[in-house]
Amino acid sequence: METKRTTFPNKALPYAFIAPQLLITLVFFIWPAAQAIKASFERQDPFGLSTSFVGFAHYTRLLQDPLYLASISRTIVFAAAVTVISMGLGLLFAMAVSRLIRGANAYSTLLVWPYAVAPVVAGVLWWFMFNTSTGALSYVLRVFGVAWNHNLNGTHAMILIILAAAWKQISYNFLFFLAGLQSVPQSLTEAAAIDGAGPFKRFLTIMLPLLSPTTFFLFIINVNYTMFDTFGIIAGTTHGGPNQATNTLVYKVYADGFIGLNLGSSSAQSVLLMLFVILLTIVQFRYVERRVQY
Amino acid sequence: MANIDISGVKKIYPGNVTAIHGLDLSIEDGELVVLVGPSGCGKSTLLRMIAGLETITEGTVSIGGDVVNRKEPAERDIAMVFQNYALYPHMSVRGNLEYGLKNRGTPRPEIDKRVTEAARILEIEPFLERKPRQLSGGQRQRVAMGRAIVRHPKAFLFDEPLSNLDAKLRGQMRIEIKRIQRSLKTTSVYVTHDQLEAMTLADRLVVMNAGRIEQVGKPVELYEKPASLFVAGFIGSPPMNIFETAVLRERPGVSLPASLPAQADVIGVRPDAIVLDQPAGAAIALKGTVELIEPVGGESHVYVRMTGTDQIVIVVVQGRAPFGETEEIAFYLPEAALHPFDKTSGRRIG
Amino acid sequence: MVENRPLLTILTHLTLVLGVALVIFPVYVAIIAMTHTQQTLGFTTPLWPGDQLIPNLINVLTRPSPGRPPFWVMLWNSTWMAVIIMAGKIVISIISAYAIVYFKFPFRLVAFWIIFITLMLPVEVRIIPTFEVVASLGLLNSYAGLTIPLIASATATFLFRQFFMTVPDELMEAARVDGAGPIKFFIDVLLPLSRTNIAALCVILFIYGWVQYLWPVLVTTREEYFTLMMGVQQMAATAETDPMWNLIMSATVLALLPPVLVVIFMQRLFVKGLIETEK
Repeated sequence: METKRTTFPNKALPYAFIAPQLLITLVFFIWPAAQAIKASFERQDPFGLSTSFVGFAHYTRLLQDPLYLASISRTIVFAAAVTVISMGLGLLFAMAVSRLIRGANAYSTLLVWPYAVAPVVAGVLWWFMFNTSTGALSYVLRVFGVAWNHNLNGTHAMILIILAAAWKQISYNFLFFLAGLQSVPQSLTEAAAIDGAGPFKRFLTIMLPLLSPTTFFLFIINVNYTMFDTFGIIAGTTHGGPNQATNTLVYKVYADGFIGLNLGSSSAQSVLLMLFVILLTIVQFRYVERRVQY
Repeated sequence: MANIDISGVKKIYPGNVTAIHGLDLSIEDGELVVLVGPSGCGKSTLLRMIAGLETITEGTVSIGGDVVNRKEPAERDIAMVFQNYALYPHMSVRGNLEYGLKNRGTPRPEIDKRVTEAARILEIEPFLERKPRQLSGGQRQRVAMGRAIVRHPKAFLFDEPLSNLDAKLRGQMRIEIKRIQRSLKTTSVYVTHDQLEAMTLADRLVVMNAGRIEQVGKPVELYEKPASLFVAGFIGSPPMNIFETAVLRERPGVSLPASLPAQADVIGVRPDAIVLDQPAGAAIALKGTVELIEPVGGESHVYVRMTGTDQIVIVVVQGRAPFGETEEIAFYLPEAALHPFDKTSGRRIG
Repeated sequence: MVENRPLLTILTHLTLVLGVALVIFPVYVAIIAMTHTQQTLGFTTPLWPGDQLIPNLINVLTRPSPGRPPFWVMLWNSTWMAVIIMAGKIVISIISAYAIVYFKFPFRLVAFWIIFITLMLPVEVRIIPTFEVVASLGLLNSYAGLTIPLIASATATFLFRQFFMTVPDELMEAARVDGAGPIKFFIDVLLPLSRTNIAALCVILFIYGWVQYLWPVLVTTREEYFTLMMGVQQMAATAETDPMWNLIMSATVLALLPPVLVVIFMQRLFVKGLIETEK
């Protein structure tokens, strides 16, 4: 990784500049992460007075724990649903806006602001709309004969958080898809038009393939989002329930550790999540870096 | 104002890559020395070592008698004009001109005086309050020079300043630079890859190749007596024709003049020295077929394939060529126009 | 696009209008709820505004509840938290990026990788040990504890690094020849050139700081340090037993308004910031 062609000759100054970030990183990121790894190999006695080294016991227990495995599959379902819905709609709106000459800016403004909404707030908004007695959406559903109750029905609860999470993420995907579509050289689509391809054909054969770097990048970001940033949504609405139905991996770490006080297991879960993020980041950088030129 | 002495200077990059092999060069006070050569020959590296933007691996650089190896660029009392102008985009032209003086703590009245003076010399007074992005390329280059002039430095260093300008502007600016340098009498080191710029600007010319100096001298000297095949081929346009004596001897009716040194296995002849009529003195007589004529206006560049060989000889003819393409013609290399070289070492013989 | 297809254009507009409606609907419903009484909301789902906006707002903002302070306290905390995080992140990242780009020093690469690793360590992945560190440093229940652990971020550093790499080398060289040392160059030349990037980052980072939930939950136990998001969550958590939706929605809208307004009024900066940080 290069510096500029010419650099300043100072020896001590760069250390002074980089010290604050390094210090905070070491104290609040690296050290706790190391602690989490260490704690995942230990078990505290019931009184919290001593700890003993238990090797991979937590990990093996976790990977055999039906609750944990259920949480994994739940998280996968959640991630897949949110990603598909928010990327699909984001792409649809981006395509629509890129076709317009007038009103593009207005529509964009009206579509991007949900990014600024906090996950907790997004959750509560949908929580209200689906509220069993007074929610607007549950009212509509009752008209169609669906007795909506996310406090009792696990599937309803899952649908609730999926919708809240997707709703928030559509704007992000929309923005990036729009930028990606606009970066496709106009000359390519014009050449295709001259070659007789209609708008749908042009989209399928030219824009979609050229969008693939953006699509891949967004896919990684979306998975990351659903895995971690959705904590607030669950905490603000279902709290992992009813009966574990919305207990995704990230919420489980919090629930087991802070509420259940099972430090060892929670730490092991944290480490597993960490490994997953590392994998995601490596994949993202490997693939994306290859396609990005400075 | 000062002279610049470069003694035994080497530049070796990490990984043992030698960019500059032990150079010696003395630049007189007030001289405009041009460093010229192909890309990668080390001319910019040498200039940046003088400026203090590159470290010097071995050897010394002295400005005005002081060894400056360890000094920061700002301490060397030099000013630099960059190829991309390097104007501060967020400052006005006046701000750009003042910046260096302000950093040195120059008193305000002196700053204003120098800025006004430089603006007058470079005719940029109307632009003083504008930002660089509102100026054309040529105007920006003037401002870059103004920034150097206000400093009243010991030396000007130019790093290919005209390369980004169109041909016509380049011609105009060349004259400007020469005029200003002459009137200010500041020692100047000028780097370019354009041999025409080099020939017209230099008091003395330094031709560099692969990190070494090929020849130093007045432009006219390098033109008339190139010290190596490289210089011979680099200076002058169209480039010098190079003949192998062995090939020439095989041509029917060719006799090499006696004055030619025996070891000379390569002879160079400039295109404008080749004549179409048998000259009075000794000459090498050759024949060939005209492949292409480039009418440049006042002269024509004729590309002739020498009979019995694959070699294309370039002949410069005044006005229109008195023949057409695909015709066979005779041409003569006068004895006085022959430049003998040793092929292996590339050096001139005699 | 290239041809003129009116039917497709109509379809496009239709899609977008539906999309905008879908996106706005939840907030619309919330705003309507803000303007009615709890009783009204208990019976019907109104779609038109009522007249209780001001009373509801005053109630939410000033009335304390068991377990949480009045909302204006939490609003104050959230604002400060977001602003400090935004400013802190920018300052720390820009000087780190400067060091990495414009200086060669031993362990430069090591430092870079340490910073890079933080990308792979979101808060959610290290909650308990980070909490312990903050507690042992005595930073619980303080603005310092709320903000400092969130201030080191790789994305801002990378953005600045990327930007600095596009600044022409000659600019720094000319400044050096003009007698500017590293600090002068940074202040006189680099910072002014970075203005738009800094502004764009301000938008993104303000939002980041504002929406934090998990971290404030962990490090605050005293009511007076609770943040807006915590307040909203607490109100919503008791919604089943005490459905004062008019107040909950007032709080919710208050919580979402500042960053949304920022995004709408600084849309161009926001888009630029988002796209630049993700590259």
